[in-house]
Amino acid sequence: MHKFLIRSFVSSLVLLFTLTVAAVAKDVKAAFVYIGPTGDHGWTYQHDVGRKAVEAAGFKTTYVEGVPESADAERVLRQLANSGHDIIFTTSFGYMNPTNKVAKEFPNVKFEHATGYKREHPNVATYAARFYEGRTILGTIAGTMTKSNVIGYVASFPIPEVIRGINSFTLAAQKVNPNIKTKIVWAFTWYDPGKEAEAAKALIDQGADVIAQHTDSTAIVQMAEKAGVYAFGQASDMDKFAPKAVLTSVENNWGPYYVDRVKAVANGTWSQKDTWHGIGDGMVVISGLDSQMPSDLQAKVKKLQADLASGKVHSFTGPIYDQKGNLMVAEGKTADDGMLAGMMTYVKGVEGDIPK
Amino acid sequence: MIKIVKRDQPSKTIFFFTPVLAIFLTLVAGGLIFYILGFKPFEALKFFFIVPIADKYGLSELLLKATPLCLIAIGLSFCFKSNNWNIGAEGQLTFGAIVSGGVALLFYDQEGFYILPLVILSGAIGGMIYASIPAILKTYFNTNEILVSLMLVYVSKLILDYLVVGPWSNPEGFNFPETRQFSDSARLPLLFEGLRIHTGIFLALAAVVISWFVFYKTYLGFQMKVSGFSLKTAKYAGYKGKKMIILVFLISGACAGLAGVGEITGPIGQLHREVSPDYGFTAIIVAFLGRLHPVGIIFASLVVAITYLGAETAQIFMQIPKYTGQVFQGMILFFLLASDYLLYFKFKFIDSKK
Repeated sequence: MHKFLIRSFVSSLVLLFTLTVAAVAKDVKAAFVYIGPTGDHGWTYQHDVGRKAVEAAGFKTTYVEGVPESADAERVLRQLANSGHDIIFTTSFGYMNPTNKVAKEFPNVKFEHATGYKREHPNVATYAARFYEGRTILGTIAGTMTKSNVIGYVASFPIPEVIRGINSFTLAAQKVNPNIKTKIVWAFTWYDPGKEAEAAKALIDQGADVIAQHTDSTAIVQMAEKAGVYAFGQASDMDKFAPKAVLTSVENNWGPYYVDRVKAVANGTWSQKDTWHGIGDGMVVISGLDSQMPSDLQAKVKKLQADLASGKVHSFTGPIYDQKGNLMVAEGKTADDGMLAGMMTYVKGVEGDIPK
Repeated sequence: MIKIVKRDQPSKTIFFFTPVLAIFLTLVAGGLIFYILGFKPFEALKFFFIVPIADKYGLSELLLKATPLCLIAIGLSFCFKSNNWNIGAEGQLTFGAIVSGGVALLFYDQEGFYILPLVILSGAIGGMIYASIPAILKTYFNTNEILVSLMLVYVSKLILDYLVVGPWSNPEGFNFPETRQFSDSARLPLLFEGLRIHTGIFLALAAVVISWFVFYKTYLGFQMKVSGFSLKTAKYAGYKGKKMIILVFLISGACAGLAGVGEITGPIGQLHREVSPDYGFTAIIVAFLGRLHPVGIIFASLVVAITYLGAETAQIFMQIPKYTGQVFQGMILFFLLASDYLLYFKFKFIDSKK
């Protein structure tokens, strides 16, 4: 009896000790800076889902939404760094210079900048997702489901990220259907439901019966639903906004990365790095497949997903030709990350020119 | 019984008292909104209006934010006083930023004392060129300046988009929509090390002094005032209306262009797609809140600037949605317009037995 009491006393002491240590270690505060409203159901919404995962892991979080990329970003960052936040995630490209500037003044605060390339100080890390892997899946589906062989694509800005997506999508679609053409409309916005819907309408009018998008709102899938064509959700599962049109969505899943990095700060193991995760690491997630897709296509997509995750299949495997027929990637080779990061030419099968 | 009677003349005291009343009503209504949203109203108001400016850094940010608002609003008051409705200051700001940014980019790898004056001057000229479009169309083709100036805002933003995405984008920038960083010689010097407030504030202060002088001490100011009261009277008095219209638009455009220069050569240091968070539109609220009076505009720009800072602070510390800042700006304008009713009407108590 005594032994039992002592044992339970000791073990509860140990437990108490571990709990205290855990509580101390967990006393890390994370902040998130968003470009849009948390209710955009696209880019910002998904980052906020990631923030909630950090909360669920037991950390305190703060966020500021709708922060313009003007001179205001710097003030918000400085205020967050000044008010006891240990790690700050800045989730839009335009925060790149302010992030590096403020990071210099606060060497003890960690900064994580999404989609940028500048890491001027040891406390700045960058991260992005290999969305193009998801677009390989969308291209496969689009190439199979199209009847008119014209696929529409609403693009945001002519930067490598977007060009890469268009190319990856087109290559995959050509693989299953060599006759397809990808038509692009540049909306020159990341989030503008009105403009996006107009762009989708223009593409549908030109005969596109599958619409892909690289902008954030749900306007495009809703327009597709109205016109009776197929579409894909962007950033979050948009199925509920257009149940008939949406075949699947490519979801941005930031939660695991955010939890990882905040934990690293808590454990003192955080270090600067450039992260570029894809389907394999779970940063890019494919939503449920719509039942309108034939079962053999569904099986194919499932297998492709597994192969992309394991690295057996690469989205950019040669031979790849540009629009003029010049070889970009030789047969049997895959494009390296350097080439992907600076990709500014269309592959064969994309219509039109990149706006300059 | 209470009767509402029209005043013989708008009351002067009430004219300057209503902005204060509007701010007070905004605070009351804002507190009420916070209460309904489930926040402690006084604590929320404290985080909104006091915490952001409680230290040196906060004051510097307040002035940084107020500078472009004040500068643009001063320019707009020239237009509004004389019955010219320039709604496109945001476009004039953007175009000024484009022109001065272009000059700054020409010298991106050079140093020299002459660069900054050139950049500033070209910004003012850019704003003037852009403001001259609605002015000339109004004077010679009788177009509506509200529509023209407003729509040109979108045109200017598209030009900026085109330039930063295409020909002016940073060659080392992986095609992201931004230009190179300007050289230090093209940047406005900081007033204090470690704070962001820069010498652009002197441009705003100069505009305040000059506008006061013009409004109250010159023939042009008098012309503007008469035209503001009645265009017919102005015509009868033999004023050359066209010249004045173009002049006030040019002044207004120059001020907006300078505000654009202040942003890109001050805190930003390069051109990208978002040089201004709609300062040109917010300055309209500032101009009216300041009663188109230079001193009033100084106070108004500080009040409106703090709604921006407060919204950020309130979200960081109390998780109040940041968009409440815009609600506050809207409420200020709403209460101001509503209380203007008191300018023209008064309540009269009448003994109903008589």
